Amino acid sequence: MSPEATVPVLLLGEVALGDRLPELEYDVTATTVVLGALASRDWRPMHHDKDFAVERNGTRDIFLNTPNQAAWFERFLTDWTGPHGRLGKMTFRMLGSVFPGDTMILSGVVDEVTVDDSGCGWVGVDVSLSVDGDVKTTCDARVAVPVDADDNPWSRTGARWQP
Amino acid sequence: MTATADAVSEVRALIGVAQYEETGEFPVERGYIWTTCASVENGNPLFWDDTVAGAITGGLIAPPTMLSVWFRPHHWAPGRDAPHLPLQIHFDLKERLGLPEAVMSNNTIVFYDPVRPGDVLSTRQILRSVSDEKTTKLGTGRFWVIDVEYANQSGALVGVESYTGFGYRRAPSPDAGVSS
Repeated sequence: MSPEATVPVLLLGEVALGDRLPELEYDVTATTVVLGALASRDWRPMHHDKDFAVERNGTRDIFLNTPNQAAWFERFLTDWTGPHGRLGKMTFRMLGSVFPGDTMILSGVVDEVTVDDSGCGWVGVDVSLSVDGDVKTTCDARVAVPVDADDNPWSRTGARWQP
Repeated sequence: MTATADAVSEVRALIGVAQYEETGEFPVERGYIWTTCASVENGNPLFWDDTVAGAITGGLIAPPTMLSVWFRPHHWAPGRDAPHLPLQIHFDLKERLGLPEAVMSNNTIVFYDPVRPGDVLSTRQILRSVSDEKTTKLGTGRFWVIDVEYANQSGALVGVESYTGFGYRRAPSPDAGVSS
């Protein structure tokens, strides 16, 4: 058995419009915020210095930075697709901040299932990051998934990859 | 101060022009990939398991959303002049159009060839549009769209980020903006 045969694979035919992705719930701590900022090489003080965030940004605490939120959205999507899922496009809208002490919930609904003219299978997902029912960030994502067991979106280059 | 017609014409003349071309300070490396995966508890085997990565992606890759990570400069480096700010064009527009405040309303990332450990990436910024004057709840100003293109050492495009910014002067009773 080939090594990739041991990992879960989501095929396009298993996805339908309106499908809901498994939710991801996570308790955010100061460590979450600081680790995420440093992992994305963002040294700005509002992501690690509470006094600065309160006094200069007018927020109640340090808050998750945008690049690390992108990493959270990526993890949420590929937890669902498995490693054959290949991100094509993500559009973010930042509506509010996420602070230590918040429980963030990532949820997603499938809003597109298509095959493009090169034969690549695409799933669109409307993803939200919410805290206490308030949407803090949205992400419109487009992810390529295999159309059948012999397909692999990662093998696509040039005109065969149209994200 | 309201931007003069000359200032608007000058910045619009830069639409489509590649600016601030830079090469990353260091090659893409696995330590940062793992730090990023650890920060969001991402167990995707493409980043952790060489055998799976070899079979599916032809070798190790970096998480696609790490594109901009490779261009944030070190907090300090010996003898270095002040580096360009990420999205320098955004700050140029604020200054040249006399707009003291700005927010990013949304951004889009499009992913092309995978980024791999050892790659040395380069980037350039391209202004795509500057709107006429608009008034929102934040104040009066202009929207602009800036693309940041990323390529690898072979010149292959690996991704494009598009940022929509709004530079403005505060309205008399401004609402709080969203910080990024």
